[in-house]
Amino acid sequence: MSKIIVVTSGKGGVGKTTTSAAIGTGLALRGHKTVIVDFDVGLRNLDLIMGCERRVVYDFVNVINGDATLNQALIKDKRLENLYILAASQTRDKDALTVEGVEKIITELAEQFEYVICDSPAGIEKGAHLAMYLADAAIVVTNPEVSSVRDSDRMLGLLSSKSKRAEEGREPITEHLLLTRYSPERVARGEMLSVEDVEEILSIQMIGVIPESQAVLKASNQGVPVILDEESDAGQAYSDAVDRLLGKEVPHRFLEVQKKGFLQRMFGGKE
Amino acid sequence: MSILDFLRARKKAPTASIAKERLQIIVAHERGQRDEPDYLPALQKELVEVIRKYVNIDHEQVQVALENQGSCSILELNITLPDR
Repeated sequence: MSKIIVVTSGKGGVGKTTTSAAIGTGLALRGHKTVIVDFDVGLRNLDLIMGCERRVVYDFVNVINGDATLNQALIKDKRLENLYILAASQTRDKDALTVEGVEKIITELAEQFEYVICDSPAGIEKGAHLAMYLADAAIVVTNPEVSSVRDSDRMLGLLSSKSKRAEEGREPITEHLLLTRYSPERVARGEMLSVEDVEEILSIQMIGVIPESQAVLKASNQGVPVILDEESDAGQAYSDAVDRLLGKEVPHRFLEVQKKGFLQRMFGGKE
Repeated sequence: MSILDFLRARKKAPTASIAKERLQIIVAHERGQRDEPDYLPALQKELVEVIRKYVNIDHEQVQVALENQGSCSILELNITLPDR
């Protein structure tokens, strides 16, 4: 039984693509055959984050239009056996994605893969609607910041009303919240909303809390999903989130202020 | 930053709690709107126009609310007429 998961947020720049890449890679690492699909038509970026930008020949829209087969368009990850990417098209045609086209291809992918991760574009326009339309579960990516939290609430409302599951009166999409760019130091100083604050405002549980981390930029610079940087805090936090997605009970890490050692305090050292 | 500024800054309420309070209010407000059908504002506007033909009232004096109780929905209409 395959599972379609949409990664969405409403607000842009909160880490949807970073999360899609990390979660998809994490599932593949655990032996699940996974495909990550970029829905951001016109602003394709998943290929860069995954480090396969030079191997894109055909894209999502080519497959919808019948210019290429699905297997021609799927890009196999060079690091992991079970991981594939379907790139978004760089066309400027806003109507390139259609409900029928998307449904046909996602259904076909669901037959081949255990997990289909849909990387949604920002906003609440057509692209975002199509990305969530067929989903079984959703990961709403949020920053501990007012505009992002408000947009997430709006997204949660749309997820419960504008999906195929809602139209057909089936069980609603399973909603998960993922908090990114979290800084325990700033929370301790009362400058940033805490995990509990966000959970309380949105009345939804966290599937993961990703600390603000230099590893994220380093990973994207190199085109490596941050979850593969197993030494990093962000990588480990994503790894925990994948385990929770698979139903394991894992305590949250990196929520407390890290105490600096004597040497670190004397010589500075990186955060 | 002078010592006085430093002491003053310390006393200020943490900004995170302001953010939380603002968010709780706006989120509750928007959730309330989300559940009501799109036609409610238009319905309210037309009702005011009809009532205005007979009684002089403001837009705010007509409250339209839709309540869901199990399988039935109740459209509640509350019109405050001016003092005679």
